[in-house]
Amino acid sequence: MLEMKLVSKRFGLIDPYSIDDFIANKGYQALKKALKADKLDLLDEIENSKLRGRGGAGFPVAIKIMALAKEISQPKYVICNADEGEPGNFKDRYILEKDPHSIIEGMLIAAYMTNAKTGYIYIRGEYSLQIDIMKNAIKQAREKNYLGEAILGTDFSFDLEVRSGAGSYVCGEEFALLESLEGKAGRTRVKPPFPTSRGLFNKPTLINNVETFATLPVIIDIGGKEYAKIGTASSTGTKLISISGNVLKKGVYEVPFGISMRKIINELGGGVENGRKIRMVQLGGECGPIIPEYMLDMVIDFERFEEFESKTGAGALIVIDDRFDFFEILKRISEFFTHESCGKCIPCREGNYHLLKIIDRFVNYCATEKDMNLLENTAMVLHHTSLCGLGQSAPTAIISALHYFRGTFQKRIEASLSQEDRIYAKN
Amino acid sequence: MPKIKINNLEIFADPGSTILEAAKEHNINIPTLCYYPDLHINSDCRICSVEIVGQKGLVTACSTPVKDGMDIKVNSPRALNARRTITEMILANHDAHCTTCIRNLNCELQTLADNLGIDATRYENILEPKAIDTSSYSLVRNPNRCIKCGRCIDVCQSVQSVSVLEIIGRGRESVVSPAYGKLIADVFCTYCGQCSSVCPVGAITEKDDTDEVWKALDAHSKHVIVQVAPAIRVSLGEDLGLPLGSIVTGKLISALKMLGFSKVFDTNFTADLTVIEEGHELINRISNKGVLPLITSCCPAWINFAEHEYPELIDNLSTCKSPQQMFGALAKTYYAKRENIDPKDIYVVSIMPCTAKKTEARRPEMSVNNEDPDVDTVLTTRELAKMIKQMGIDFNNLRESNFDKPDEVTSGAGAIFGASGGVMEAALRTVKEVLENKPLKILDFEQVRGTEHIRHADVEINGATYKVAIVNTLGSAREIAEQVKTGNSPYSFIEIMACPGGCVGGGGQPYGTTHAKARERMHSLYQVDRLSKIRKAHDNPAVSNLYTSFLGNPSSSIAHELLHTHYTNKR
Repeated sequence: MLEMKLVSKRFGLIDPYSIDDFIANKGYQALKKALKADKLDLLDEIENSKLRGRGGAGFPVAIKIMALAKEISQPKYVICNADEGEPGNFKDRYILEKDPHSIIEGMLIAAYMTNAKTGYIYIRGEYSLQIDIMKNAIKQAREKNYLGEAILGTDFSFDLEVRSGAGSYVCGEEFALLESLEGKAGRTRVKPPFPTSRGLFNKPTLINNVETFATLPVIIDIGGKEYAKIGTASSTGTKLISISGNVLKKGVYEVPFGISMRKIINELGGGVENGRKIRMVQLGGECGPIIPEYMLDMVIDFERFEEFESKTGAGALIVIDDRFDFFEILKRISEFFTHESCGKCIPCREGNYHLLKIIDRFVNYCATEKDMNLLENTAMVLHHTSLCGLGQSAPTAIISALHYFRGTFQKRIEASLSQEDRIYAKN
Repeated sequence: MPKIKINNLEIFADPGSTILEAAKEHNINIPTLCYYPDLHINSDCRICSVEIVGQKGLVTACSTPVKDGMDIKVNSPRALNARRTITEMILANHDAHCTTCIRNLNCELQTLADNLGIDATRYENILEPKAIDTSSYSLVRNPNRCIKCGRCIDVCQSVQSVSVLEIIGRGRESVVSPAYGKLIADVFCTYCGQCSSVCPVGAITEKDDTDEVWKALDAHSKHVIVQVAPAIRVSLGEDLGLPLGSIVTGKLISALKMLGFSKVFDTNFTADLTVIEEGHELINRISNKGVLPLITSCCPAWINFAEHEYPELIDNLSTCKSPQQMFGALAKTYYAKRENIDPKDIYVVSIMPCTAKKTEARRPEMSVNNEDPDVDTVLTTRELAKMIKQMGIDFNNLRESNFDKPDEVTSGAGAIFGASGGVMEAALRTVKEVLENKPLKILDFEQVRGTEHIRHADVEINGATYKVAIVNTLGSAREIAEQVKTGNSPYSFIEIMACPGGCVGGGGQPYGTTHAKARERMHSLYQVDRLSKIRKAHDNPAVSNLYTSFLGNPSSSIAHELLHTHYTNKR
């Protein structure tokens, strides 16, 4: 079996609208265990687990939690980033709609460790069903005193609310999310300071991804050292992978780190439809690199993915077969980022549109060598100078495409030239 | 102290300083664009991107704190290329018809592009022309030149607390504009013009009225006279190649004469008059238990702010017109009669450090015949500099002239109206001396001077202590106004100026005015005061003469008719 169900162990087995189902399936036991434990010991467990953030950037979770725990000032906030807007990613949606209490439990554990009293789950506006499920779960948890004052008879109090934006992609970026939560337009902030020192309403804030919070009860349950044995040395534990595109069995699968992408695509995703050939696979979502078929033996691992200089850790595989034009795909990606750029910093605001215009010349067979150079230069400047993760990762697909598919670009330029010749000859 | 390397130079930086600050401290220039000394760091333009050896991405020098051991390369090929590429992107979405732009040769984007050696842009121009907002009497907003650096928004929101400007729309569609794309005239803009002062390009400028003035000067039937505000004499020189803070009163008068004005008058004269009228108003209110605190009314942006946001305070506002409008009213009555000229033929121009003065002159109540404006046209410092250049005047080599008789006599008290705290000091000199009925020993009220946005002082008059406050910037005015509104103000008299430092930092002053520059101009104004023969408004014989020959007494009915006004709740 490739799959290893830790976070997704209750998927499909419980009614998401029933807290009793959750409790009957070992739900809130990790919380009870945590409430009896010393906070420093809990922090040790997280540190020993070597858990890295599951939202994409892969930042060590223990560092963030410890930073918040050290802040003395109140209020402190714990925020769950459920603004899963990255195309090709839907693993948070699965957790939200199949096991909502696991997120609440994870947030409670984080809040207990850090002495935070207020939390928010920021769910993307399009997830209306999930918002409904989550609101119901919070209500039920409050009724059973898993949320609220003096939780389960301890002196720990914490409460939680669902918030949502209007569907802007950039609100998944943590600073834009904070701005949106404060009621402002979703645009990122200048950094430093970082959220753990000055986050929501300028107060210390812990922001983590849905899957990260849902993993905390697992770690408390089995112990940090035990958890670290799963996966690889640099990437411990399991990862929910969203597989989409031209595969037979699209869906979310939980696997330990260290499994090759080819295995995931073929064995879990059921391979490519109609036995076609894979042209390319995009990792992580629109903001991730595009790799050729021959690289699929690479294993899922934060360290290995670092070579792409992008935040591919959210765990998405978008499989594209040979029916699709390479440049049409790049164009669609560029259109997406041109549309979703918040407009705050100049490279992202202006650059994405220029990338789109240049790609369009490749699509229309009128590109030159100069265009390729400008494309590469523009993409690198965006990557190096943009203010937030959106702008920095927007050109990743193009940068990786230029790296792995340079021949395809060159062929298109040659074809463009001959096309020009043909037009010239006609006239 | 963190030890860092910038361009291979080893330096010790102040802990907590940014790379940009550390570099500046050691005379290493890092190009910037959205950065502005008195505003927040927003690091939107990314022009100051530098390379830190060992780091993959670039960091912006303006927002990155120094860390021990940092090895910073300001001009590594990667950083330089990024800077050039970003500049090209800006130019590709900018109305870059530089030679026909008001900011030509005085534009931060142009200078940046020049310094980076940009001679072509590799990007297609993607500018989609948008309508220019000319709805107000004061400001013009040209979105086609806007580079969305955010300075205007920051100054409007965080310094002035007015918040009429905002980024609306997202990504490529984002524009700087009043909410919902409204026109400036349709929102509660105070016209302070600080946005135009900090704009790096020609996206927000004053409404250019120079052509109106040229036309009037050319019309033979018109007797065109001009008044010059106190703060102009210490700032105009900067726009004409002279050092910061140069006092250019004499050359300024010569230049105005050369432009063709029949008479050149000093607004200091009506500033002196304001002191007398407002001083009596204060004395009246104190002795007759009138509404206190009395709040000054010479700043039109503050008046707009009060009428829009604090109409509850209207009774606290001094009923005195501003010196500009007192001059206009007297020009078309007293002066017309004295010189035997039909008021209709008199054309009054004023040179102001201010964009709000343009709108003030158009207020319907600022017309003695209820038909024509008392002040026909208002020019900012910048517009006057432009006219002097258009005329080809070699300003620096002009001989000095004096203001026209018989109103040439002005006091140092009038001069310091241009500095925050000046109106307060001028009024105190008069009020204290009149009430105590003995000559003041010390004329300098040091306790009311300075540049902090809110200052307080206790003033002793006849044994009683009065609390006064001096406020500059509308953000601070809001704080003080809230106090008055809730009845918690301990003050008897409050001076409020909308611009940082007062009129020396006015929105019509040379582009790129900073707190530091305003401070230098302020020093020069106090020097003008120190060197004045007369330093108290009530000692000005020309003012006394005006009362004996025309107005009668302070607060007389004719004084009220011409020199006082009323305000409207505009909420």
